[in-house]
Amino acid sequence: MNRIHYLFNNKKDRVLSIYFTAGFPHLEDTLPVMEAIQAGGADIIEIGVPYSDPIADGPTIQDSNKIALDNGMSMRKLFEQLKGFRAKIHIPVVLMGYLNPIIQFGMEDFCKKCKEVGIDGLILPDLPMQQYLDEYKSVFEEYGLVNTFLISPQTSEKRIREIDENTDGFIYMVSSHSITGAKSGISEEQIAYFKRVQEMNLKNPRLIGFGISDAETFSIASTYSHGAIIGSAFIKKIKESQNQSQDIQDYIQSVIR
Amino acid sequence: MIRVDEKGFYGNFGGAYIPEMLHPNIEELRENYESIVASEEFQKEFQLLLRDFVGRPTPLYFANRLSEKFGAKIYLKREDLCHTGAHKVNNTVGQIILAKKLGKKRIIAETGAGQHGVATATVCALMGMDCTVYMGELDIERQKPNVERMKILGAKVVPATSGSRTLKDATNEAMRQWINNPVDTHYIIGSVVGPHPYPEMVARFQSVISEEMKWQLKEKEGRENPDLVIACVGGGSNAAGAFYHYYNTPEVRLIAAEAAGLGVSSGKSAATTILGTPGILHGSKTILMQTEDGQVVEPHSISAGLDYPGIGPVHAHLHEIGRAEFVAVEDEDAMKAGILLSRTEGIIPAIETAHAIHALNMIEYRKDDVIVINLSGRGDKDLETYIKWGGY
Repeated sequence: MNRIHYLFNNKKDRVLSIYFTAGFPHLEDTLPVMEAIQAGGADIIEIGVPYSDPIADGPTIQDSNKIALDNGMSMRKLFEQLKGFRAKIHIPVVLMGYLNPIIQFGMEDFCKKCKEVGIDGLILPDLPMQQYLDEYKSVFEEYGLVNTFLISPQTSEKRIREIDENTDGFIYMVSSHSITGAKSGISEEQIAYFKRVQEMNLKNPRLIGFGISDAETFSIASTYSHGAIIGSAFIKKIKESQNQSQDIQDYIQSVIR
Repeated sequence: MIRVDEKGFYGNFGGAYIPEMLHPNIEELRENYESIVASEEFQKEFQLLLRDFVGRPTPLYFANRLSEKFGAKIYLKREDLCHTGAHKVNNTVGQIILAKKLGKKRIIAETGAGQHGVATATVCALMGMDCTVYMGELDIERQKPNVERMKILGAKVVPATSGSRTLKDATNEAMRQWINNPVDTHYIIGSVVGPHPYPEMVARFQSVISEEMKWQLKEKEGRENPDLVIACVGGGSNAAGAFYHYYNTPEVRLIAAEAAGLGVSSGKSAATTILGTPGILHGSKTILMQTEDGQVVEPHSISAGLDYPGIGPVHAHLHEIGRAEFVAVEDEDAMKAGILLSRTEGIIPAIETAHAIHALNMIEYRKDDVIVINLSGRGDKDLETYIKWGGY
């Protein structure tokens, strides 16, 4: 069974996914950061594949992408680093990346590599649903990869239903009209949107991302969904950190306490 | 037959590779733009503004001394005489009317050389709409007069500080801001790039260039079709406009002049069709300059308007099927061509446009061929670059 399915079968609430950029802040940090995220008690690890032009990301993640690329991170390097990670990491791991580097690597080769190293799912923000269905769905399925789609407050009910129909992992709810790291706190308007989607009784679990940074925002998100994703706030933490492993664990503990 | 299909593809290139957050915006545009643009009401307003505000039709000018020098019949399509000094305004006039009809209150735009930014700020002033223009920090430095023009017109100019700090990064920033403000904001893309339906929509608004060329040439030469049309290509909006009504007339040769920068193999170039490979940039599948790992390579050109690592999907298609011939013009040659045009015809061209002039030295043609060069913009904005270069 895919680890994402296993997770949501056994945990319906307060699921925490942590995003970080591969090769950041230092090239060889990828694996140690993953271990610390797991040790801290998070449920899912989302590894960002750095890209030169991340159009859905705000300054914090743009910056981590640039630093990772300057460090020498690449798709090939990432797969080298990930070789054998399953000896230490047992929680679900998804890759989040933009389409162009993946297409250059070759979608099928990419999926095959993902399966080989033990990746459970993919989040590709600039892969449109129709393109996925027409060109890539069968490849994803062949290699046992769960595809995650994003929805935003603007997404129509009809489209949310279509998305729900075409995925079997989880739905990534972008909490507001925004790129990553843009806003903090959660507004009434956002809560109305969370409730609206909650009441749709979708078959897939939902995780709320963008604007989640601490125990309070995590708890609010969890009230209306199965949990949340933290990205920019985590990147800021590890950028400043002097004692990476401990700081990561402390931070995650402070969120899920 | 060269035309966009219902999914937004020209052959293998195009489409709409956008984050889901932009899906509603793009859908709204895609579903409405054709009917709005086809409506009598839109056309009436558009045509009136093109005539009385932009100053169309622009002349098709027979360049006597240039013709003598090159041994061909060379015409210049005078887009430099458009209000604001370049062809860019054809598109912004169209898109601002569209934005109004869609009920949008705010406009955002990206700009490279600043011509599109100025053209956007201009139509926003005309329509009383709030305007923010994203511009690479480096371009802000090298195109100061245009930055000030935008400010005088009431637009806010926001520097894009990431990456190469040029057009590519300004486009990223504009897309991000559109994601942040999807409901009341329309994004006026300035070139034939971006997700479907932008490339075709912008090309259509620019197609007035070749539409006029046809009847103007008929008047002057007794035929609608020249032997060659030459235009410079960054993203490729002026080229798309100049080629549009000739796409499917194979006897008309289409020549696209790209920026070779310091030389195609110098590592400081923007010659996309030579250095690029297929991939995805700014929401469409096209040819772009990238590393083996799929990271976008930072381009270089002395002209800010051509300093872009991709080309519009229609041009990628024209290149792939061999319908258009691409030449790569180096900085130095473009500057010299700019001086040449200044001294033979009394027209100081934009440095972008000067690339198209130099193409005359790089292609073969028959004596007395009728050649139309799209004179996409005037050189006022580039005075500082001309002065710095100093070779006159």
